[in-house]
Amino acid sequence: MAETAAALPGAEARASARFAGFVRRRRLAPYLLLLPALAGIALVYFWPLAQVVLYSLQNFGLPQVTGAAPTQWVGFGNFTSTFADPEFWLSLRITVVFAAVVVPLTLVTGTLVGLLLNRLGRRMSAFVSTAALLAWATPPVSASVLFYWLFNPDGGLVDWTLSKLPHWLVGSTNWSGFNWTTTGALQAYTVLTVLVVWQAFPFIAVTTLAGLKTVPAELYEAARMDGATGWRVFWRITYPLLKPIFLVLLLLSVIWDFNIFTQTYLITGGLGNRDEFNLSLYLYDKAFTFPPSYGLGGAIALIFTVILLVVTVGYVRASVRQGALT
Amino acid sequence: MISSTRIGARTARRTKTIALNVTGVLVALVTLFPVFWMIATAFKPSPEIYSLTPRLLPAHPTLGNFSQVISGQAAGIGTVWLFFRNSLAVTRAAVLIASVVSLLASVAVARFRFRFRASFLIMLLIVQMIPGQALIIALFQEFGRLNLLQNLLGLILVYAAQALPVSIWMLRNFVATVPRELEEAAAIDGATALRIFWRILFPLVAPGLVATSIFSFITAYNEFIVALTFLGQAHSTYTLPIYVTYFFSRGGAQWGPIMAASTMYTIPVVIFFLIVRRRLVGGLVAGAVKG
Repeated sequence: MAETAAALPGAEARASARFAGFVRRRRLAPYLLLLPALAGIALVYFWPLAQVVLYSLQNFGLPQVTGAAPTQWVGFGNFTSTFADPEFWLSLRITVVFAAVVVPLTLVTGTLVGLLLNRLGRRMSAFVSTAALLAWATPPVSASVLFYWLFNPDGGLVDWTLSKLPHWLVGSTNWSGFNWTTTGALQAYTVLTVLVVWQAFPFIAVTTLAGLKTVPAELYEAARMDGATGWRVFWRITYPLLKPIFLVLLLLSVIWDFNIFTQTYLITGGLGNRDEFNLSLYLYDKAFTFPPSYGLGGAIALIFTVILLVVTVGYVRASVRQGALT
Repeated sequence: MISSTRIGARTARRTKTIALNVTGVLVALVTLFPVFWMIATAFKPSPEIYSLTPRLLPAHPTLGNFSQVISGQAAGIGTVWLFFRNSLAVTRAAVLIASVVSLLASVAVARFRFRFRASFLIMLLIVQMIPGQALIIALFQEFGRLNLLQNLLGLILVYAAQALPVSIWMLRNFVATVPRELEEAAAIDGATALRIFWRILFPLVAPGLVATSIFSFITAYNEFIVALTFLGQAHSTYTLPIYVTYFFSRGGAQWGPIMAASTMYTIPVVIFFLIVRRRLVGGLVAGAVKG
């Protein structure tokens, strides 16, 4: 270091020393360290968010992008036309119902597998969690394409299996050649439910397992001495102790399933089936499908963000209560 | 009397163990099946894929699907290696940038007490909850003006920046565990700030950097919506997920080559998960649970 300092011309060395002194006196060091991170976050979060707010109040579409027509302020016009659009309400309903079904299903499956992992021997536990890890590691695009193939009417395994099963078990539908992805929202989202639960339960299971490891074994032994059943032990000991973890997992799952885009985009066939749009697809379609309307897209994006912000406040409060800011 | 109840209890326990293990095996098999089916399909010749009675394993395993994907003949937009290179270039650069920037920020948050510290931390939490698809419209316009659409640099910047909130949030715990006394002792010995950083803080925080890099690598490797929107029709810039999507939505029911392509896309990240599993679970749990 001494060499480099000597190599610097005197004026420059003095200037850099003066800068260091300035930083120290004004206690600027933390702000300087934060500067690159803040620049990055501004680039991909703050600036776009501000822009989206502006778009939502303008008639910003193709003519405005190409410069053929001027951008005009339209007040809350984009919001009122969104609320007047039946497709918006349909996509909102699909989003909410999907989350309401998938979140509990994922949480219950994940918790049960977590409890199972905790009870299994070491080798068996490693085997099951490796299998779960594989489902978790599969990229969403691969998983979606794969499930599309599994549920494909031409040669897909699911239709073939269902057509071989007895009618009393699977209903009298003619399953061979049954089209899951374009028949309607219910069928497409059935596939999506299986897909998302398959991909998301491992994270819940592993997190639950990590939580279970922190519960003192004496508590369980005492409960067993008193003759408590597994069900009672879970609700009286495990659940109260792991409640903070479950709360965070619940909020994260709601956010993920509400936000889901990749899987719905691929399973419902790009943007081809309008009656299968969830909120994300509806937003993407309004903004980018020709002719693009960034104004409408901005309005929907804001509505979307506000809904999620309500959930986020819950997440932040849960984290703060766990002492995350210390 | 005593011994018979003891035997009864032992049998009950053994039955329970067997039941648990059977459940475990079933859970593992059901979970593994889709991935198995993807790989099995990738090795099947076409007649077996569309056979009226599907077989679990390929009767005549073939590498034909893979060679079509590698030659680029299947999707018609180039060899799969091109998209591998794109994905690797993007993830590598994004992870590198995100690591450096978030390390600096986490030092600020963990080592200094300043005015907006708590607000900054809460901001990180909130920001990562903003849905990506809500901002994509503005990102598309913004990066279009910067001339960063349809090239890899735009993706690198977005992925690096998007990795920051979680990385900083995770790294600050690692920085906080490095004893301050070590740095103070070095400072007394006359070490400069830079030297303290490289010689003391950096080696001790390295495991944390590995954990956050894993996280940002996986996020960038899997990212879909930004790449889909930015890359448009510029086939030669496609990352792996966009390549698989293009191939998939082109139709023509080429399930053999499509499964071969998505197997090639999936296997590296699965192996990576298996190697880093302990860090991954610990890191994500720390990130999700402890915050």
